Amino acid sequence: MDMNPSARWLRFASPAAFYPLAGRLQRVFACAAALLALAGLWVGFFVAPTDAQQGEGYRIIFVHVPASWMSMVVYCAMAFWAGVGLVFNTRLSAMMATALAPTGALFALLSLVTGSLWGKPMWGTWWVWDARLTSELILFFLYLGFIALQAAIDDPRRADKAGAVLALVGVVNVPIIYFSVKWWNTLHQGASVSLTRSPSMAATMLAGMLLMALAFWAYAVAMALARVRNIILERERHTEWVRDAVEQRS
Amino acid sequence: MNALLVTLRRDLRLAARRPAEVATSLVFFIVVVSLFPLGIGPEVTLLQRIAPGVIWVAALLATLLGLPRLFAADHADGTLEQQLLSPQPQVPLVAGKVLAHWLLCGLPLVLLAPLLGLQFNLDGNVLAVLMLALLLGTPVLSLVGAVGAALTLGVRGGGALVALLMLPLYVPTLVFGAGAAEAAAAGLAAGPQLSLLGALLIVALLFMPWAATAALRIALE
Repeated sequence: MDMNPSARWLRFASPAAFYPLAGRLQRVFACAAALLALAGLWVGFFVAPTDAQQGEGYRIIFVHVPASWMSMVVYCAMAFWAGVGLVFNTRLSAMMATALAPTGALFALLSLVTGSLWGKPMWGTWWVWDARLTSELILFFLYLGFIALQAAIDDPRRADKAGAVLALVGVVNVPIIYFSVKWWNTLHQGASVSLTRSPSMAATMLAGMLLMALAFWAYAVAMALARVRNIILERERHTEWVRDAVEQRS
Repeated sequence: MNALLVTLRRDLRLAARRPAEVATSLVFFIVVVSLFPLGIGPEVTLLQRIAPGVIWVAALLATLLGLPRLFAADHADGTLEQQLLSPQPQVPLVAGKVLAHWLLCGLPLVLLAPLLGLQFNLDGNVLAVLMLALLLGTPVLSLVGAVGAALTLGVRGGGALVALLMLPLYVPTLVFGAGAAEAAAAGLAAGPQLSLLGALLIVALLFMPWAATAALRIALE
């Protein structure tokens, strides 16, 4: 069959075609996540030198920073798929957005928890109203709002579209919120406690952080694909191919 | 433009026939602000310091309280569906509803704020800046809130849900709004914060009526 390249890719916009592909990709990304995480943790625990000021406690950075990065990347990816779903009216894109939300919320929560665990030994308090921690908290609320809105609407098509509008309004707001919180922080913070580190970060530290970031990224992809497969099965349960797929599996 | 004015006049007239509904959120605003001294203690310097933040947070909550009213009654009796089916352009219609909501729920907050500010012993110039900030900020709250009200139209647990959706998005308005009055209280220029509030208002005016219309169409599909 003679198909042009874009048509070959667009085939995967159909849930039935995407389901097996997602299964294969999911395994690849899950393996990549495990290997990268092992490498990243090894670098983080054994190779990276002890920090001159913070001692061993700083090593939580290898989880904290990648989790914060990913919480923002996942929100952008979620808004992207939501926008694609709204514009082209493709069901799979909206399912992708729904599948990404819990992973993003998890990363935001992980970033908050590790941030406060890091804060206790470094600043002597579980929580400071630091600009980044505060905007991370608000990002977490945005994820919760998205999930709650979709959960409250019974009709899946309406839930998809309502979630998409909210994600798009949210993604426009995220930078505004970040800068407003930063502004607020500089006005109010007397004794400056900052996560900004000295520019001379050891190369091994950076390598560990990048490895962990890649691991988290692969984990997010694998989890989103696993979740989107479940959503596809749930929503397409009336179709022939889903019945076949489920029978084959059992 | 005509659709906007007609909708505005209709919504205002409807509200005028049920004044208690509008008054509820205003009384709520006053009560919430008045509770703070009872919770914190009548120490004048402390109250002076927290007054702008308290008034702003109370304004956010009062706006939230009024949001379900924006579309719910018209949705319940089918008017909203007919309005959106009419050949009139939809965005001015939604903009008219939002403007009516602000005139009923936002503008009275601006006018009441100095009265509450006096309870907290705020100076004249701080009060003026606070009013100006509320004047610029409360339309943003109504515009952004309209999207949330449209998204949660007819949804289970709509009231609590709209709070969860909207409060994070209200953060910039709160920061700049309260910041303006605090800067004035500290003897600094409040210009930057007011300019940023104005910028937020312009951006919200540009995008939010369209987003709210899209959300309404989704809700009524």
